[in-house]
Amino acid sequence: MSLEPTRPPVPPNAPLLEVTDLAVDFTTRTGSVRVVEEVSFTVDPGEIVGLVGESGSGKTVTMMSVMRLVPPPGRIATGRIMFGGQDVRSFDADRMRRFRGDEVALIPPDATAALNPVVKVGDQVMEGVRSHRPGTSDADAHRSAIEMFQRVGLPRPELRFRRYPHELSGGMQQRILIASALQMSPRLILADEPTTALDVTIQAQILRLLLEVRDEFGTAILFVTHDLAAVAEICDRVLVMYSGRVVETAPVHDLFAAPLHPYTRALMASIPPLSADPPERLQAVAGSPPEPGSWPTGCRFAPRCELRLRLDSPEICATIQPPLIQVRANHQAACHFADTAVAAEAAAALADAVEAAEATIVGEISA
Amino acid sequence: MNAFRRVWAVRSARLGIILALLLVGIAVLGPVLLRTDPNAIDVRARFAGPSLAHPLGTDDLGRDTFTRLVHGSRMSLYIAAVSALLGTALGVSIGVLSGFLGGWVDITGMRIVDLFFAIPTLLVAIGIVALFGPSATTTILALGIAYAPLYARLVRGAVVGVRGRTYVDASRVIGASGWRLLRTDILPGILPIALVQSTALLGFALVDEASLGFLGLGVQPPDASWGAMTNAGRQFIFQAPWLTLIPGVAVIIAVFAINLIGDGMRDALDPRTSQRVGDAG
Amino acid sequence: MTDATAPLLQVRQLERTFGGSWFGRISGDTVVRAVDDITFDIRAGEAFGVVGESGSGKTTVGRMIVKLLDPTRGSIVFDGQDVTKMAGRDLLAFRRSVQMVFQNPYLSLNPRRTVRDLLMDAYQIHHIASGAEAESKLRALMEMVGLNPAMLDRYPHQFSSGQRQRIGIARALSVEPRLIVADEPVSALDVSVQAQVLNLLRTLQLELGLTIVFISHDLRAVSFLCERVVVLYLGQVMEIAPRKALVEQARHPYTQALLGSMPSLVPGSGITRNVIRGDIADQSPPQGGCVFAPRCELRQRLGSPDRCLTERPRPQELVPGHQVACHYATEPAPGATSEV
Repeated sequence: MSLEPTRPPVPPNAPLLEVTDLAVDFTTRTGSVRVVEEVSFTVDPGEIVGLVGESGSGKTVTMMSVMRLVPPPGRIATGRIMFGGQDVRSFDADRMRRFRGDEVALIPPDATAALNPVVKVGDQVMEGVRSHRPGTSDADAHRSAIEMFQRVGLPRPELRFRRYPHELSGGMQQRILIASALQMSPRLILADEPTTALDVTIQAQILRLLLEVRDEFGTAILFVTHDLAAVAEICDRVLVMYSGRVVETAPVHDLFAAPLHPYTRALMASIPPLSADPPERLQAVAGSPPEPGSWPTGCRFAPRCELRLRLDSPEICATIQPPLIQVRANHQAACHFADTAVAAEAAAALADAVEAAEATIVGEISA
Repeated sequence: MNAFRRVWAVRSARLGIILALLLVGIAVLGPVLLRTDPNAIDVRARFAGPSLAHPLGTDDLGRDTFTRLVHGSRMSLYIAAVSALLGTALGVSIGVLSGFLGGWVDITGMRIVDLFFAIPTLLVAIGIVALFGPSATTTILALGIAYAPLYARLVRGAVVGVRGRTYVDASRVIGASGWRLLRTDILPGILPIALVQSTALLGFALVDEASLGFLGLGVQPPDASWGAMTNAGRQFIFQAPWLTLIPGVAVIIAVFAINLIGDGMRDALDPRTSQRVGDAG
Repeated sequence: MTDATAPLLQVRQLERTFGGSWFGRISGDTVVRAVDDITFDIRAGEAFGVVGESGSGKTTVGRMIVKLLDPTRGSIVFDGQDVTKMAGRDLLAFRRSVQMVFQNPYLSLNPRRTVRDLLMDAYQIHHIASGAEAESKLRALMEMVGLNPAMLDRYPHQFSSGQRQRIGIARALSVEPRLIVADEPVSALDVSVQAQVLNLLRTLQLELGLTIVFISHDLRAVSFLCERVVVLYLGQVMEIAPRKALVEQARHPYTQALLGSMPSLVPGSGITRNVIRGDIADQSPPQGGCVFAPRCELRQRLGSPDRCLTERPRPQELVPGHQVACHYATEPAPGATSEV
């Protein structure tokens, strides 16, 4: 491919992306609010890492920080962002331009909003190529774009090339964005809710496509979503965020086999099973996530935490912010009681229940 | 009044509000407090420069410019206000009918508006004044009618926008009649746009009143209005340019104040919190 | 009064096209058959699911049931009365019986009105109550949906999205309806909040004997709440089945594809499964045959029979209560089991 990048090589056996102690503040006239706090994680080359959370969790802001694209009035307050061994926060404008869209690509949630409605999609994709690989001939750019369209499963790519975004379905638009992102052979793709706006049958296609992209190109993916099931399908490792902090992190099998943080359990338990004989009530956790800026003292999940209730509301939950503690190999949770027997039992019980409940779907799948 | 507080919060608008209050104060109280007769002719004192007796000098008939300015402010602001009101009333009525009823009413209404659009505002006004003879009342009528089409179009667009909103569907489903929909959802929905537009009309009206006056088609002598004063001063523009400039400056200040307020309103009526931090993820 | 065993709502050959009007045609709009000959029944007190993806027509069906939109053809009969012909006082009475909960909690409540205003609408329009009586009804209404009555004088933006949706539900309940159409009521909510609202809907259905028409693309939510389900694709009925049959023995290839496309909470259960190919917009609107044919796995497997392209399959009752619109769906989905 004529679009081979000339990039600094990534040191082997090292994480591709390393975020340490990230903190992001939003400053308005009324004051400053920290929406992301003490977030640390890594992404290895070729790894698919899921970043799960609901609104207010800080997951999108965290992801945007990697590209230093936090929308104002937000700004990165502290933290280290290392990509391929280099300090992203120290990049100058030029370096940043080569970084964004080239070494790291972003797939936004709403494809329709991300595409220019008055430019044909083919031209938009080529625009990206031309800005990052000046000197590429039009013919080469065109050819590689068509190739990429095919790779992402767009039937009749020549035809699509000449279309305007509104002439294509949501799924196709999303594929085009993915194709566009892949043009530069990025090392890392930041996928922000890439399937949320899509139909479930198309979601499945896009999820599979992301897996194929990783398998074929070796691209790492940071997959931001609220959909735990999507995470279970394609992620290697998972981070769960709540109220601006990471509350649990583990390899995907371990997370689902033993969700050690009460919030993770609450999230898993509240998803309705696909069942011919549903329960009378869903295990909904009461209340809603606190507003950024009105974090309670101590553990932010405490007011809604079922484990805390079961343990007769120990004081420590309301007074001391639980740090991320290593409970098992590669498995950390930010809960004072994450490594107790009670937690382990609850985790195992839920995992079994969920596996049983999901049997219907799994059965459909293997059909 | 929560709305007023929000506009006050915009710093630039504050200046506008203060100026406007000052002007209104002058217009309302000035003529009452000033003892001098704006129409008092004193041929001996014609074209006098500024002095204690005549702070802004006198005009060609020896009338005190300052007094005429103050009295004129009342007339000009009155004309501007009522014209803007008339334009608003006509524009809102046509616009709402057109936007809400849609179909043929909409098509016909907007074609008529388009017709008017083809003719410059001032020409429409001049036409009406020419028909009925110049006076303060015809000025008001002329300006009000001239502004209505623009307003109608704007309101119609706003109504169509609001009409499609989900909460209007929700009101329909609950059983709200057309009138109720207008009252609870549509009119409050177009209020911000209407308010800003009416403020803008006020500014236009002041300038147009002055223009009409300048052309001799507005308030007639001996009555004072800013427009009439600029007209009267026209003949003496080389000997006593201040006779034209002073009312002109008054118009500028007034329109400036109105625009500041209008801008402030637009800012204040912007979507509430520009940063809903929670949604940033 | 009506026959107690007759369905509460009967939808017959319902059709809705857009752009087909005189004005539309001269403007050059393409004709869209959003709803194309749909027939189903809903019994009193049941929770009935309407499932489909984009372009399925499910929202349009919902809007026609509450008469926000009129069909271009076909009928909707509620409690023995033809909804499409209602006007005036009959229509007002109808609005007391049939209500809607909307999808978007941010757009479905007028931001300039307080919760009290929003809930009082029904009482004022239908002369249900006023003064002190209205006040106590309002409080009861708030409590019924799990909201604090002290918040009656707040504005929508002061509530979370989950709470706003509860307000929407309260509004629908304020007329004391018999049937509520809920159009994707939880899709715009966080997962943990979805569960709360689904629980609320279930509770309300049981305690008030409400009939609920639950429109959704989310099969999980549908299977939790709904006893019977209709599956739509491009405006046509693909399958109508009771919950158990739908989940365990879906017969229509589209339903099977939907079920097979759902990610599961068991890691590695295999997105490498055969996901359905193609996209709704990939094909030109088929004339005459089965709308699903271009993407149908079953048809592929059977060697692409012509019948699928020439003859539109009509819903057939293969088993009592279970209708399938497919020429070849005589076998249950291979491999689908109910074992745990």
